[in-house]
Amino acid sequence: MYIIIVGGGKVGYYLTKQLIADGNEVVVIEKNKQKVEQIADDLGGIAIHGDGSDARFMQEAGMNRAEIVVAATGDDEDNLIVCQMAKKKFGVGRTIARINNPKNEHIFRVLGIDATVSYVDVLVAQIEREIPAHSLIHLLTLKDVGASFIEKDVPANSPVVGKPLNLLNLPDSCLVPLVIRDGHAIIPKGTTVLQAGDQLVAVTTVENEDVLDRLFRGELMPTA
Amino acid sequence: MRVIILGCGRVGAALAQQLDESGHQVTIIDRNQDSFARLGSDYRGSMVLGTGIDEDVLRRAGIESADTFIAVTNGDNTNAMSAQIAQQIYNVSRVVARLYDPVREETYQLLGLDTVSPTNIGVQKIQEMITR
Repeated sequence: MYIIIVGGGKVGYYLTKQLIADGNEVVVIEKNKQKVEQIADDLGGIAIHGDGSDARFMQEAGMNRAEIVVAATGDDEDNLIVCQMAKKKFGVGRTIARINNPKNEHIFRVLGIDATVSYVDVLVAQIEREIPAHSLIHLLTLKDVGASFIEKDVPANSPVVGKPLNLLNLPDSCLVPLVIRDGHAIIPKGTTVLQAGDQLVAVTTVENEDVLDRLFRGELMPTA
Repeated sequence: MRVIILGCGRVGAALAQQLDESGHQVTIIDRNQDSFARLGSDYRGSMVLGTGIDEDVLRRAGIESADTFIAVTNGDNTNAMSAQIAQQIYNVSRVVARLYDPVREETYQLLGLDTVSPTNIGVQKIQEMITR
């Protein structure tokens, strides 16, 4: 696949390296001359020195035959304009933007960027997974539809221990499709009784995450 | 008319003063406090410190009730992005962006922005003068 990456900083550099290793044809456009030379030394003559939101350099990079353009600079305004120019002026099918400030994610969506990767959000999710004290672990958040997959341990002192799933008072828009017990997966039924130490995987709307958390901590009571 | 001007450079500051003098309600945004020194002492409008692609800053400048948004920072990409935020997220009825790069100008015109390219205007003007 022919892929153009705008921005040859840390993100752009390692992405380029990986994509080349995967057998893609990659060209990088980078403003900083030193970084261009570094890339040339390490990865070969695949870096163009210039402003990646300037049509001249986009042209030089062969933007009109690129299948994917990744805007990976440290400036969100540059990443937005790169993606829009790639799409509107050069007819690139897929554009992916790095977002540095998580606040910009919804702006990018409204302005029609197909895919965004928010550095900070990814990092936060990763760290959340590593902190055992955090009561809900986000496995996957589907932002567009407002749903998430979360993982939840059942503490020994939780009021839900010894209760079957169908008596938990789960919110309507929440489902528990998987219970992990002693390293084994159980696809539960309503009658499955929870034990201390069970790990639950739940699908829920984002608004109901909190309800689920409170239920397991004992702030909301299960029925019966 | 409630006007927000992004970028207190030479153009932004002069525009702010003129619009203020003609009785409009003007707010000017710049990320550098020193830039506001370009405004004359008789300027009565507001000044907001911050970057123009930050929605919190734009809201502080009153974008929700603005009729006009003018993006004249020295960065084309900042101007193009903030102008689109004003137009598409806050439905500001009159939005103008300055874009030095004529190719970017053409693209954003096609995307429905009102744009001004000083480069194009300068080239035309000089050409007229020397071929007259």
